[in-house]
Amino acid sequence: MTSTLPAQARFRYVLRLADTSLVLGQRLGEWVGHAPALEEDLALANIALDLIGQARLLLAYAGEIEGRGRDEDALAFLRDAPQFCNVSLAEQPNGGFGRTIVRQFLLDAWQLELYEALAGSADARLAEIAAKALKETRYHLRFSAGWLVRLGDGTAESHARVSQALAALWRFTEELLTPDALDEQMAAAGVAPPLATLRPRWEGRVAEVLEEATLKRPEAARHPWHGKRGVHTEHLGHMLAEMQHLPRTYPGARW
Amino acid sequence: MSDDWPLFEVFIRARSGLEHKHVGSVHAADARMAIEHARDVYTRRQEGVSIWVVRSSEITASDPEEAEALFEPARDKVYRHPTFYAIPDEVKNL
Repeated sequence: MTSTLPAQARFRYVLRLADTSLVLGQRLGEWVGHAPALEEDLALANIALDLIGQARLLLAYAGEIEGRGRDEDALAFLRDAPQFCNVSLAEQPNGGFGRTIVRQFLLDAWQLELYEALAGSADARLAEIAAKALKETRYHLRFSAGWLVRLGDGTAESHARVSQALAALWRFTEELLTPDALDEQMAAAGVAPPLATLRPRWEGRVAEVLEEATLKRPEAARHPWHGKRGVHTEHLGHMLAEMQHLPRTYPGARW
Repeated sequence: MSDDWPLFEVFIRARSGLEHKHVGSVHAADARMAIEHARDVYTRRQEGVSIWVVRSSEITASDPEEAEALFEPARDKVYRHPTFYAIPDEVKNL
């Protein structure tokens, strides 16, 4: 079934998954040495490493589909922002700890639904990667949802900070759930779930945690950002400059 | 932040069938967070299959000042070690 899909479409779709994990992992990595407590420093680094591990498997697979000899490193370090296909929410800056938690929670809840569905993908390789990532994502969500409840239902200060972060990041969630032509093509081929089936599950899960966290779902209009099509906010380029600096300055450098 | 959090002692079971062993401590706001911190700090290299945490303040320790009273009396009772029995040659595994 998947063989009837053009390789270019499969390549682009796998890149969306890969880049979202890669960019989010890199963002979390920025916390190393700066988290509010040693234990949280390790927790964020562990999640970052899970995400980068997912990205490596997915990028390697994307490189094989593309068939032009680009490996995971070439795809991670030698592409510019417009070639990245991550959802825009993943590239948003860390801000404070509360903002990082809100971003993480919204994406964990989404990745959980997505990987659960992808574990039954018609693409066997993708199904395998999703099954492995699913276990990691369950822990990520436990962590981020737990913190969101603590901060939302915490002090007046922590409540205000996560409310603000939620209001600021909410507009990026529409992209997670709005299919474009590529999403529809993948869904039709049984490679990916129709995003319409993810929406009620994601919204239900988010509503449940927000309620426990005594947070209101923002009224703010959601806007269909197009990170997955390569149209990014200004933040991605800066992040990539730091992430890609070393391999671009010293091509082929090894430890 | 972690200065405000109580200390938890962490016990890890390395494999099914083995006992939980004390491995160290973490700061956390409550037991749930302590489990997560213990997981992130002490099981990163597949060290365990189960975690116990207990608030350090809940542990009652023996007083070092009482060490003599508690432990000295056992010193001259070497007969409590099962080393005074002649083991028959036929017994292989004891």
